[in-house]
Amino acid sequence: MRIVVCVKFVPDIQSDRQLGPDGRVVRDLGDGTLNELDENAVEAALTLAEEHDGEVVVLTVGPDDAVDAVRKGLQMGAAQAVHVLDDDVAGSDAIGTATVLAAAVRHLHAAEPVDLVVTGMAGLDGLTSLLPTALGELLDLPSLPLAARLTVDPGAGTVTVERRLDHASETLTAALPAVVSVTDQANAPRYPNFKGIMAAKKKPVTTLTLADLGVDPATVGTAGARTQVLAAAPRPPREDRVLVQDTGDAGTRLAAWLVEQKLV
Amino acid sequence: MTATPVLVLLDHAADGTLRPPVRELLTLARTVADGAPVHGVWAGTADVAPALPVLAAQGVAAVHRLVADADLHLSSVVADGLGQLLDATGAGLLLLVSSFESKEVAARLAVRTGAGVVTDADGLEVADGRLVARKTVLAGTWTTRCAITTPVALVTVKANAVPAADAPAATEPTVVDAPVQVSAASRRVQLVERTERPASGRPDLGSAHVVVVGGRGTEGDFSPVEDLADALGGAVGATRVATDEGWIGHDAQIGQTGVTVAPRLYVGAGVSGAVHHRGGMQASGTIVAVNADADAPIFEIADYGIVGDLFTVLPQAAAEVRRLRAQG
Ligand SMILES: Cc1cc2nc3c(=O)[nH]c(=O)nc-3n(C[C@H](O)[C@H](O)[C@H](O)COP(=O)(O)OP(=O)(O)OC[C@H]3O[C@@H](n4cnc5c(N)ncnc54)[C@H](O)[C@@H]3O)c2cc1C
Repeated sequence: MRIVVCVKFVPDIQSDRQLGPDGRVVRDLGDGTLNELDENAVEAALTLAEEHDGEVVVLTVGPDDAVDAVRKGLQMGAAQAVHVLDDDVAGSDAIGTATVLAAAVRHLHAAEPVDLVVTGMAGLDGLTSLLPTALGELLDLPSLPLAARLTVDPGAGTVTVERRLDHASETLTAALPAVVSVTDQANAPRYPNFKGIMAAKKKPVTTLTLADLGVDPATVGTAGARTQVLAAAPRPPREDRVLVQDTGDAGTRLAAWLVEQKLV
Repeated sequence: MTATPVLVLLDHAADGTLRPPVRELLTLARTVADGAPVHGVWAGTADVAPALPVLAAQGVAAVHRLVADADLHLSSVVADGLGQLLDATGAGLLLLVSSFESKEVAARLAVRTGAGVVTDADGLEVADGRLVARKTVLAGTWTTRCAITTPVALVTVKANAVPAADAPAATEPTVVDAPVQVSAASRRVQLVERTERPASGRPDLGSAHVVVVGGRGTEGDFSPVEDLADALGGAVGATRVATDEGWIGHDAQIGQTGVTVAPRLYVGAGVSGAVHHRGGMQASGTIVAVNADADAPIFEIADYGIVGDLFTVLPQAAAEVRRLRAQG
């Protein structure tokens, strides 16, 4: 079983994240990292590969630094890494990124069949959650997003996910190959150990360009973006803030304040 | 904008009642429609009748009821229907509530139609002939304005983005069946099971105007949190710690991997304000925090912070709210 995991390099959410004048997330502050929610995707893929005698390929699209994201995947135990690196990718929206990833998955599939594509539930920079479903559409594969539980039946050639939505819980199933996104409820990601870190140094990272993938640059990046950020500004700090130490009547005072603020 | 309708996907419960944010979406749809009609789309087998009075008051001209020989809970089937309706009506804008399901529908439609998508918008306007969405990003710390540059725009709108208001003139919406050509691709995913979450009797967490949240500081006793929520007519939320401990259901989790809320009032009790949690609540109108630790990070974003014990502060506040309410 061959599993491709799509991972993203994002600014660390613990850092002071910013948008540039172009409305894009500033990615050169030196504190980028593997999107935390993609660790769950890597873990899910590694677990399935261990159960079903498979192999995991980590795949990312992004600038130079993004190689760190796939390196982390290799350290966790993936066998192979692919980094799509091309200036024309800059400025891609979720659909643009999905277009490049889909082309890369097809490229990998042509070399050796891919049975499953796994992604995290969302990128912690944009948080749109659009990518996994868009990727399934572009690959013309069934997509089963937001798996809190994920099982594969290799005999039947099916994948089944359990997921929790806003108002309901669902179980979905489809034949492989398919695209699945996993939530942070799906598992507890392993930490790379010393052996994994040393082994990762010897594992290959293949770099590919849009030309290698046959992607028309006009369809991705800023050129292909379907939205354009006109303005971005930090939210103004909250004013008239109150901090009180409870001396016995803080609850009463809070109620009075809420009434004063017309919140009750 | 042209005279083609603005479409709104009418999110509703299994019994046919509209979810509260739909009124907000319809209000927003009218403001950008500039006189063009607003049409609803009904995806599901529930009876549309209970929703009609609200739709009439909102000035909705027509409701397209999707009819399919496949499960309309599947996002791909809904996307099939909506794609065909976008074609048939020539609509340039489709509004959806910001739910996980809607985002799946939007992602599929974006690929199939070439439409631009903005998710989690909290405002929408037409500027220089283009649709411009307002959106809060990076865990509520930045605001952006974003133009959609494609002929068709798909926007998912957050609850509480705008106050809902009825139309100046009510309508009598016509209900038309819209048979869906279900694509072969849509038949590949099978819905094995679906369990609707029972209604709690409290407002829906995602769209409530008031949300009271309990964290680890409750030590598993949510009664003070529930008491204050009920006094304020609000919903009850939780941190991931509280849901992981099993003190309350997972659907109560607020944060980047749980529900995103932006109520008028958020009260966090025994919540430290970890960045993962802040991502789901920092866009709230007014933030109140009750925490025993004066150094808790949540105080950095609180409009009103109380350093104190939630087990004394919350019941006192709830009692006082009830007393003041009774006074009028
Ligand atoms: C990938 C990932 C995703 C995550 N997603 C989410 C998410 O979506 N939502 C989420 O909430 N978390 C999420 N988390 C977890 C998050 O990092 C924090 O661990 C969590 O939010 C902390 O919950 P808490 O505030 O209840 O607990 P703590 O951080 O332990 O804080 C408890 C607070 O209660 C106070 N306290 C204790 N007793 C009292 C008392 N009697 N009265 C008043 N105050 C008291 C303490 O001073 C403390 O500040 C995620 C973590 C990861 C790794």
